[in-house]
Amino acid sequence: MLINCPYCGPRDVIEFTYQGDGNRERPQAASQNLDAWNAYVYDRLNPAGDHNEIWQHSGGCRAHLRVVRNTLTHEISSTAFAHGGHKSAARHKAEGKS
Amino acid sequence: MVERQSPLEPVLHAGSHGNFEHGVDIILSETQPGSIVQLAAWPGEEKKLISCIRTVTGLALPDGAGGGSTDGVRSVFGFASGKFTVVDEAEGLASAFAGVVTPAIGTVTDLSHGRTAIRIAGPKAEWVLAKFFAIDFALPAFPVGAGRSTVHHDIFAQIQRTGADQFDIYVFRSFARSFWKALCHASEEVGYEVQ
Repeated sequence: MLINCPYCGPRDVIEFTYQGDGNRERPQAASQNLDAWNAYVYDRLNPAGDHNEIWQHSGGCRAHLRVVRNTLTHEISSTAFAHGGHKSAARHKAEGKS
Repeated sequence: MVERQSPLEPVLHAGSHGNFEHGVDIILSETQPGSIVQLAAWPGEEKKLISCIRTVTGLALPDGAGGGSTDGVRSVFGFASGKFTVVDEAEGLASAFAGVVTPAIGTVTDLSHGRTAIRIAGPKAEWVLAKFFAIDFALPAFPVGAGRSTVHHDIFAQIQRTGADQFDIYVFRSFARSFWKALCHASEEVGYEVQ
């Protein structure tokens, strides 16, 4: 499986570390809403199809990435910096999909 | 300054090795630069950091991810978004950068004692490196001066192409000896010379 890192370009999946489900929304640190915390920790969509994920390019530029991966085919339809990234690094910007 | 000892000393045996009856296709050496520094810009400050690099080293960074340049004495390349490795044969690069890279621009990390620089050169350099790293070493995809961050069996490495058939590899000092041995084994079948 290849993941197209927005900085490094296409790299083998062995260079990346899965950082979890990208759909979760962490409650405020001081939140006492147990339902929200329960949902954050346990609830997963588990889709058979496109899935939002967070990956880290731990064996490369070490950036955290937002990745959309199809759980049936492993096809990766988009990758982007999780926090926007530095604009100057957008090697694949011109291709329309990052 | 503290005298620096090479972690490769017990295993670096100068001369020709392996299958060299028909000549050597690989030349391995340790470049032992005096300074290896990593610079990181805060978001939005990259241009200022790049101009600091130009001020201190005289090297201009080309646009684009992984871009870099070298003049044979000093080298610079991007290894991550807004982050750069700068190398100088002379010591004192970190203090030179500390004077111009203000806390508002970014950070300076001196890795001179933390990394070992290994140079692999020769017509089969791309071929040998392709055994280790799952990246494209072809000249159009990896131009002279450019840098890449990648891994070798989960161990981090930074690679800069410093010539058409020459690469400088920066590895953790503590892993340098085993990496060097692996590089020698991988070069045996084409014949290699250690300088």
